[in-house]
Formats: sequence, C-alpha cells, structure tokens
Amino acid sequence: MAQSPSSSVFAPWDDPTKKPLIRFEGVTKRFGDFTAVDNLDLHIYEREFFALLGPSGCGKTTIMRILAGFDPPSEGTVWLDDVNIAPVPPNKRPVNMMFQSYALFPHLSVYDNIAFGLKRSPMPKSEIDGRVQEMLRLTRLEKFARRKPHQISGGQRQRVALARSLAKAPKLLLLDEPLGALDKKLRNDTQFELMDIQEKTGTTFVIVTHDQEEAMTVASRVAVMDNGKLMQVATPDRIYEAPNSVYVADFIGDVNIIEGNLRPQEPGKVLIDWTEGEAPIRAEANGGLTEGTRVSYAVRPEKIAVSAERPDDRANVVQGKIIDIAYLGNISTYHVQLPSGHMISAQMTNSRRIERRDFTWEDTVWLSWTDTAGIVLTQ
Amino acid sequence: MIRRFSWFNATSLTLGFAFLYMPMIILVIYSFNASKLVTVWAGFSTKWYGELLRNEAFLDAAWVTLKVAVISSSIATVLGTMAAYVLVRGGRFAGRTLFSGMIYAPLVMPEVITGLSLLLLFIAVGLDRGVITIVLAHTTFSMCYVSVVVSSRLVAFDRSLEEAALDLGCTPFDAFMSVTLPMIAPAVISGWLLAFTLSLDDLVIASFTSGPSSTTLPIKIFSAVRLGVSPEINALSTIMIGIVAVGVIAASLISKTRIARMTRDEQAAQQQ
Ligand SMILES: Nc1ncnc2c1ncn2[C@@H]1O[C@H](COP(=O)(O)OP(=O)(O)OP(=O)(O)O)[C@@H](O)[C@H]1O
Ligand SMILES: [Mg+2]
Repeated sequence: MAQSPSSSVFAPWDDPTKKPLIRFEGVTKRFGDFTAVDNLDLHIYEREFFALLGPSGCGKTTIMRILAGFDPPSEGTVWLDDVNIAPVPPNKRPVNMMFQSYALFPHLSVYDNIAFGLKRSPMPKSEIDGRVQEMLRLTRLEKFARRKPHQISGGQRQRVALARSLAKAPKLLLLDEPLGALDKKLRNDTQFELMDIQEKTGTTFVIVTHDQEEAMTVASRVAVMDNGKLMQVATPDRIYEAPNSVYVADFIGDVNIIEGNLRPQEPGKVLIDWTEGEAPIRAEANGGLTEGTRVSYAVRPEKIAVSAERPDDRANVVQGKIIDIAYLGNISTYHVQLPSGHMISAQMTNSRRIERRDFTWEDTVWLSWTDTAGIVLTQ
Repeated sequence: MIRRFSWFNATSLTLGFAFLYMPMIILVIYSFNASKLVTVWAGFSTKWYGELLRNEAFLDAAWVTLKVAVISSSIATVLGTMAAYVLVRGGRFAGRTLFSGMIYAPLVMPEVITGLSLLLLFIAVGLDRGVITIVLAHTTFSMCYVSVVVSSRLVAFDRSLEEAALDLGCTPFDAFMSVTLPMIAPAVISGWLLAFTLSLDDLVIASFTSGPSSTTLPIKIFSAVRLGVSPEINALSTIMIGIVAVGVIAASLISKTRIARMTRDEQAAQQQ
C-alpha cells in the first residue's frame, strides 16, 4: 500500500515545485469567544480529493464556509491560486458548495434547482438543458425532475443537492457530507462517479465525511481534526499505518493502545516495559527517544494473530483468555483478556465456516505480532 | 386534548363576542332600514345604498381613501420589507438594536401624537396638506406593521437558502429576488393587506394631515355623524366594515395557510 513519490503517483504535496491551489495561512475563526478553527495552516493541491474527518463540532463545516465565502476568517489569509480571497464575494468565487442541510430551493422543482446556477453562468441557454439532463442521469433523478424538494425522499434530496453543486463544474467543489443518506450500493456508485468526474474535469474536491471507509476509498489525502485543530494531514494509508498521535490512531479504525516506558535498544529498535510479569514489547521507532519516556504503543487488531500454540517466530507473544467474539461475516474480532487485566482485540479472517471455528469463549490462546506491526506514539 | 365544552366556556364566549360584534350588527341591520329615522325600524330596504351612490361628496371621499390606501400600503410594503430584511439579515451593524427597537415605536405611539408630529413636520417643510401628506403619514405608521409581519417570516426561514443562491452565482439582489422574495411573498402580501386596511380605517392621523380638498371616508363619516346619524352613514359604514373584514380575513388566511404550508415544505426540504 505504501506510496513512494515517483512521477507516476499523484503526490503533489511531496513535490516542492508544485504550487498549492489553496493555502490557509494562520486561519482562525472565532464565534464570540469560541474558537471554531484554530490557527490553521493547510495546503490543498489541484485535482486533490481532500477529505476532512473529525468528530461533530470540530470545525469541518466552518472550514468549508470560509472557502465558500460565507464566514470571513477572524485572522489569517486564505489564498486561492495565489489570490487572497478575503475580498471576493461568494458569487464571484470559482467555488461551489454542497450544504450539509442541502439548502434546496423549496419553491423550485428538482430540474430548476439543478439549472439554477447554470442560468447564472456564461453557459449558452441551448446547452443548459443538456447539462441538467446529464446531471439528472448521473444522480438517477430523471423521474423526479418535475417534483418539488418536499415531494422526494431524503436520499433523493441529497442527490439533488449534489447534482446542483456539480452542475457548474467549478474549479473547487466543497461537499459537506455528500453521501450520508445514501444506501451502501448507491454510495459506492456515487463515490466512483465523483472520482470519475474528477478524472474528467480536474476539479479539486474538499469533502467532509463521517465515514472513514469513504475517506479511505476516495481521498487523496485525509485531514483528521479535533477542536478546530488539524491533528494530522496525510494520505489514507499513512493515516492508518502511521498515525502521529493516539488521537488519530484511535479515531481511524480500531486500535489497541498499550502504555509503557521506553527503553531504547540498538538504533531503530526499542523495548517498552508495559506491565509486571510480561516480556517488554519489541517495536521499531525512530531515534530521539530517551530512556524512560512514557509512550503509547498502538497496534491494529488485524496485525495480531490468534493461535492455540505458542508461536516461536514472532517478536511479541502474550497469553490470554477469550472474553468475547464479534462475528462480522468475513472477519471475527476476538477480545482477549491478559493476566495483567489488559484487553487486547485481535482480528482474524474467517476462512472456515462458523461451526468449525477454532476458538470459543473462555479458551486460552496466544496472541502474537511482529516488531513492525505497531507504532510508538509520544502524544 | 379535548375537554367538554362547559357552560362557563359557552357563556364567556357568547358574552365576549356579543360585546365585540353587537354594535356592528345593529349598525348593519339599520343600514337596511327603510325609514329615515335611524332608531325606528320600518321594513327592509336597500335604498340608502342607492342614495349613497348619488352622493358626490361621499364618492369623492371614497376615491381619495382608496387612492391613499393603495399608494401608502404599497410604499409601506416596499419600505417595511426592506427594513425587515436589513434588520433580520443585515448582520451586526452599529445601532442595530436601536433601529429594531425604533421601527416598532409607531406601534405603541398614541395616534394623536403621531398625527400631530406629522402635521408639525409638514408645516415646517412647507408641504401643502392633501392626498400626498395623507399618503406619507399612512406610509409612516403602516410600514412598521409590514416589517413586523415580514420579519417574523424571515426569521423562520433558513439562511442557507440565500447562501446557496449566492454560491451558485447570484448577486445579492438576484438572490433576494429569485429566492428570498418568493419565499416571503405570502407574508409580504399579508403585510400589504394589513397596511391597506389600516389606512382605510384611520381617522385620527388622517384628520391631522388631510387638507380641505382631500377628505377621507372616515373623516367624512365622523363629521357627518356629528350633525346626526343618517341611514346613509350606516350604509357606508357597512360597506367599509365589509371591505376591512375581507382584508383582515384574507391577510390572516394567507399567513395561516400559505405561510404555514411553505414553512412545512421548507422544513421537509431540509430533512435528511
Ligand atoms: N454561527 C455560529 N455561531 C456560533 N458558533 C458556531 C457557529 N457556527 C458554528 N459554530 C460552532 O463552531 C463549532 C464548529 O462547527 P462546525 O459546523 O464547523 O462543526 P462540524 O465539524 O461541521 O460538525 P458536524 O460534523 O456536526 O457537522 C461548533 O462547536 C459550533 O457550535
Ligand atoms: Mg458540519
């Protein structure tokens, strides 16, 4: 999965000669004395599919609104194509936004909602109908073109909002939870459509999502936010494999966090003393860490193997008792309690039928993982 | 919750409505009185209505009243809507609270004082009293009613609709005309009807600001009544009651049904 910066891979953020399309410089947004976005520095490149991820109220919509021009930043500057966009009103920005609340015009039909922006663009009148039909087809709304927004379902409304923001093919498209109300199949299809649109038109997308899987599938880079701050900005695989903090590791996917004291070994290798009576965890870590530092060790459940016999080729081996098994179809998650009281989750793919599963509740099993499976976090 | 309709409730309701409407009902009945004596019933007749149509002075006054009502309510609607828009949507600007308080002041100001101050103003600027001064005066006091009605509607509907319009390339004016106005249209219409009936009704302010050549109906009726009540006046009053009732009922119907439906549709349209 790891990407190396080569010419064939899309990675403008690694290329110092590339200029970002959007630059946030020290952007802060306050509402009264509440800081919704805190001193944000962020570069977004052309043709990116940039995903904002974070808990509710962390400032995702606020960032979108700053870009669309509805809320001017309290401090700092936003540059679009090297132009400070602060004085540019929303209707003059090459930016379209899909609102989290959809903001469909209740007095206009689905068709007229989609045509609304086109009628106010330089597009010749004769081409507008074709474009609207194309959008209706894309979002599978042909049958509902004549209906008013209150006469269609929630998912259909979401598609109208999406179609309306896509219609003008803007340079920058802001999608605030665009696919939340769609069923899985339609969501997947639409994700692929979005990626396809991007291939064809070269639009830059900034997308807010609560769905990690979606962010992982569609995004070129993911920004994980907390309380108005960026915690980490990286490609999906880096975010998953190399989170920079416990917060990010915990936010994306499942993770086991074990706290302990660090003991540096030969360069690049460390030991972590985490509990009495167990061998220290062997892990890899970059230099600069001193003896005795309190660290968190993060290891994903799917990196941990469950076995009945003690494996002797693994760097880390512990024994415990199965407390709970969550069967998820193709995979099972085992929750194992160690003698020290730690709970560890381990994930195994189910290659056998359910009644022939190897382990059951109360079984004593061995958990094992390699020294490269987890990462050492200091914050 | 459905409660039994008790005797107490029924009595209160009857008494209350009798109190409110008895005088008007008597007036309406006597407008169909055949006798010239107002207090003696002498059979049904519509002749006073015919008489009314031949009375030049009343017809002139009716024409002035109608002109004043239409023009002043239209100007008041435009100004009142603009004021409401700025106060609700304008964001924070210096003196906003002061303005929004001040716009409602005429609602509670005694009419005599409003009339008197307008009179003084017109004299000070040397404006001859006539139709124009009544129009100005009526615009002044009915504007705040319009802005109350319109701003309650503006508060209710989602700001992001206007933002979406801007986002899709509308100028602020275009956004107002193609999104905001269609949404608030029922409130604007009901504001207009309210201003219209207020202007039609008004006696006090009109009597301060009208000139000799421009008497409105309420003034005419008032001065005629001082010489004695005539069946003609009853007929005229009945017609005015009719017009005002239609106006007020239309205004409340519009705000009850149309605005309620639009608000519901809007909320439905935002649901996820
Ligand atoms: N106009 C406003 N006035 C005051 N506070 C606001 C305003 N708009 C947003 N906030 C606050 O700013 C914070 C960030 O809001 P924002 O809408 O950006 O959250 P979000 O990350 O989009 O959340 P969600 O995932 O729930 O949509 C929230 O705590 C919110 O209450
Ligand atoms: Mg949001």
